[in-house]
Amino acid sequence: MTAKMVKFVITRQDNPETAPYTEEFEIPHRPNMNVISALMEIRRNPVNAKGEATTPVTWEMNCLEEVCGACSMVINGKPRQSCTALVDQLEQPIRLEPMKTFPVVRDLSIDRSRMFDALKRVKAWIPIDGTYDLGPGPRMPETKRQWAYELSKCMTCGVCLEACPNVNSNSDFIGPAPLSQVRLFNAHPTGEMNKEERLNAIMDDGGLAECGNSQNCVQSCPKGIPLTTSIAALNRDTTFQAFKNFFGSDR
Amino acid sequence: MAGSKDFVNRRIHSLLGVIPIGLFLVQHLVVNHFATKDADAFNAAAHFMENLPFRIFLETFVIYLPILFHAVYGLYITFQAKNNVSRYGYFRNTMFLVQRVTGVITLIFIAWHVWETRVQAAFGHEVNFSMMADILSSPFMIAFYLIGVLSAVFHFANGLWSFFVSWGLTVSPRSQKISTYVTMGVFVLLAIVSVRTIFAFI
Repeated sequence: MTAKMVKFVITRQDNPETAPYTEEFEIPHRPNMNVISALMEIRRNPVNAKGEATTPVTWEMNCLEEVCGACSMVINGKPRQSCTALVDQLEQPIRLEPMKTFPVVRDLSIDRSRMFDALKRVKAWIPIDGTYDLGPGPRMPETKRQWAYELSKCMTCGVCLEACPNVNSNSDFIGPAPLSQVRLFNAHPTGEMNKEERLNAIMDDGGLAECGNSQNCVQSCPKGIPLTTSIAALNRDTTFQAFKNFFGSDR
Repeated sequence: MAGSKDFVNRRIHSLLGVIPIGLFLVQHLVVNHFATKDADAFNAAAHFMENLPFRIFLETFVIYLPILFHAVYGLYITFQAKNNVSRYGYFRNTMFLVQRVTGVITLIFIAWHVWETRVQAAFGHEVNFSMMADILSSPFMIAFYLIGVLSAVFHFANGLWSFFVSWGLTVSPRSQKISTYVTMGVFVLLAIVSVRTIFAFI
C-alpha cells in the first residue's frame, strides 16, 4: 500500500537580493497535520518532489497556537498563520508564499520590522513613569475592558498589511494594525491622557489618511479585530483634533 | 497646521468631492432633466444658468478649481494602490477598485464634455438643445455619454459612502452598511435622471 502524500508548491528565495523560484515537495500525510508540521517534515528530510536533495525551507514560528503572529505566510493565496492552517482543510497542491508586502529574508521568512517601527511611531504604549509613585490610575469600567480586550488581541502578524491594497512599495502607509492600537491605548483611562500625541502621530504622512476603505483588513484579520471600526472611529477623532490644532482649543 | 500635508490633502479631496463637486453634479443633472419635457424648456433652463450673475466666478470656484484638485490628487491616490480584487474579492474591495476606475473614466469624460460644450461656448457657439442633439447623433457618442455619466454618478454615490467614513460620520459596521444602501439608492436615482436626459436628446 502506498502512503497518502501531501503536495506542496513553495515559493523560495535564497536571500533578500536573489529572485524567487518555486519548488515542489511531496511528503507523507499524517492525521491532523498542519502546514508547520509539514514544513518540519521537509526540514527533517529536505528532498523535493523530483527526489533531489535540496536546502530545507526556512520559515518563522514561535507559539504554535495563533497568538504570536510569527508564522504568517500566504497559503493558497490568502495570508494567514501556518500553525492553524490544517492540511486536511486545504486544497492541494498547497501553495506557500512569503507575505511579499514585507522584505523577504529567506524562503517564507519575512522581516516585519516596519510594523514594530510603526507601533513606536504612534506611541502604542501607556506612559506611567514618574520621579515618584504616581499612585493607581483611574479605574476602567469592566464593560469597556471587555471591549478593549478584543483590540488587544492584535499580534502584529502582518496579515492586514498584506491584504491592504494601499500598503505597498508606492506608499508609506503604516497599515491598519498600528492604527487600531492607537484606538486601544486611547481608550484606556490612563492612556487617554496622551490621546492627542497619538492622534497627531497618525495624522502624519503615511498615517490614517492613507486608508482607502477597501476593508480587506477586517475581512482578513485572524483575530477578528474590528479594524475598520477602529479606523472610522479614529477618522472621527482626528476630525476634531484637526480643528483643535488649526483653530486652537480651550480644552 | 491641522495635520500633515497628506492628511489635509486627503481630507480636502474627500470634502471637495461632495461639496461643491457632488452638489454641482446633482444640480447639473437636475437642470438637464428639463430636456425630457421639451427643447424649449431645456433651452430656457440653459439660458437661465448661463446668465447667472458672477458666472465666471461661480464656475471657477465651484467647478473648475475643485474638480482640478480632486482630479489631480485622485489620480495620485489611484496609482498609489495595488489592486488585489482577484485575491480578495470582497464587496468593499471591489467597490474600492470600481471607485478608482470610474474616477479615471469620469475625468476623461469630463475633459471631453467640457471641450465640446463650455469651451465651444467660449468660442461663440450657443449651448442649447440642438447642440446636445448634434453631439448625441452618433451611436458611439451615445455610448460614450452613457458610460461617462453613469461613471460620474457612481463615483459620486460611492464617494459619498467613503466621505461618511473618512470624516468619521459612519463608524459602526451597521451604520456603514445602511450608508451603503442609501448611497447605492442615490446612484440608482441619479442614474435614472441622467439616462432619461440622455435619451431625451435622441
